[in-house]
Amino acid sequence: MFRVFYASGLALMAIVGLAAQPAFAETPNEILASIQKEASGTAGSQGFSAARGESFFKAKHGGEWSCASCHTDNPAAPGKHAKTGKAIEPLAPSANAERFASPKKVEKWFKRNCNDVLSRVCTPQEKGDVLAYLLAVKK
Amino acid sequence: MSIHKQKTFRVLAVVLLAMGVTLSVAQADDDDRDERYGGRYGEKYGEKHSGKYGGENRGKPVQPAQTNAKFQRECSDCHIAYAPGLLPAESWRKVMAGLDKHFGSDASLDAQDNKEITAFLVNNASNRWSASTAPLRISETAWFKRKHDDHEISPAVWKNPLVKSPANCAACHPRAERGDFNEHDIRIPK
Ligand code: HEC
Ligand code: HEC
Ligand code: HEC
Repeated sequence: MFRVFYASGLALMAIVGLAAQPAFAETPNEILASIQKEASGTAGSQGFSAARGESFFKAKHGGEWSCASCHTDNPAAPGKHAKTGKAIEPLAPSANAERFASPKKVEKWFKRNCNDVLSRVCTPQEKGDVLAYLLAVKK
Repeated sequence: MSIHKQKTFRVLAVVLLAMGVTLSVAQADDDDRDERYGGRYGEKYGEKHSGKYGGENRGKPVQPAQTNAKFQRECSDCHIAYAPGLLPAESWRKVMAGLDKHFGSDASLDAQDNKEITAFLVNNASNRWSASTAPLRISETAWFKRKHDDHEISPAVWKNPLVKSPANCAACHPRAERGDFNEHDIRIPK
């Protein structure tokens, strides 16, 4: 009797433990692969380029800010919100293991920040180039 | 209980009681002063509302005992998570309905998260706000302007790059993140 309880208790704990994990924990490379999938469905898509991603990241696109305005020219370094001054942890996965681990979070911020910088959402190509660049940045 | 322990207990009880009394005196003082200025402030703005600051008063407490994890996480990426009691319910509804154009930034959330956070903010909004106004900014409310007028803070302070904006509460209130704005630990950046 006791043993049955014990075993089912353990099983329950295991299930609770699993559920407590962020629902979609992924690696930056898995997220890159899913952007790749998205991109391959669009016209004129080509392989991702870290060099293109870097110039995209550092350039202004008609507005007041570039990506670097808040994330700095070195995405392995801490940044600062251009308007409020609030500190931002480094964006490059080499410097911050929490980056590109949740597809929901990544999508949320691409949408927000692309709107702020380009006044539109980014294409899958642009997102893939940026991520290729961020993955190439060494600490 | 030993005699010794009993004694310690009694001393402790007296100390706690005394602390309670001083605390309530301090609060009464805060409120009385608010009342005095409130009347004047209300008149200045030609309002006939009763209540401090012409009815544009922050709630008490400004930070509820129980906070909301989603609110804490989603509203603290670009600035501190402002305590819900600083604005009335209608202001929070407006802020949350316009997150895609949020003070020059896109801060949009998905519908589910938006709903949960709106409910938390509305349920814990200022309980002492009687005016029909609903400003989008804390820094535009009458209570805020009165507490931060030229008499309290010299205009030069606002130009300091370490302050940047009246919305940057934590520049002067080190515990702003926890909804603590006690006037005894204000530190104005030099
Ligand atoms: C106005 C400031 C600002 C600008 C401009 C900005 N960002 Fe961000 N970005 C932030 C903030 C704030 C966060 C979230 C804070 C955090 O997670 O540390 C963030 C987070 C992100 C994330 C989330 C990554 C993760 O998994 O945690 C991505 C991706 C991102 N930004 C990409 C970009 C790109 C691409 C651009 C340019 C198109 C850009 N950002 C421009 C402020 C900015
Ligand atoms: C993407 C960045 C970002 C996110 C996320 C964000 N805000 Fe803001 N918020 C801002 C900016 C920028 C300002 C303007 C700051 C200034 O004027 O100095 C601001 C200002 C405010 C103000 C007015 C402050 C004042 O009194 O002047 C309120 C209230 C506010 N935000 C509430 C929220 C709430 C609630 C959330 C969560 C749902 C949130 N914000 C999430 C960027 C953000
Ligand atoms: C430039 C510095 C500065 C900034 C920025 C600032 N405050 Fe204050 N605040 C003060 C000072 C100084 C006082 C004291 C006024 C007094 O003695 O009556 C004060 C008083 C207050 C009080 C009343 C405290 C009490 O015990 O009566 C509250 C509440 C408050 N501030 C909230 C805020 C909030 C919320 C923000 C951000 C939206 C903010 N403050 C931004 C300097 C600042």
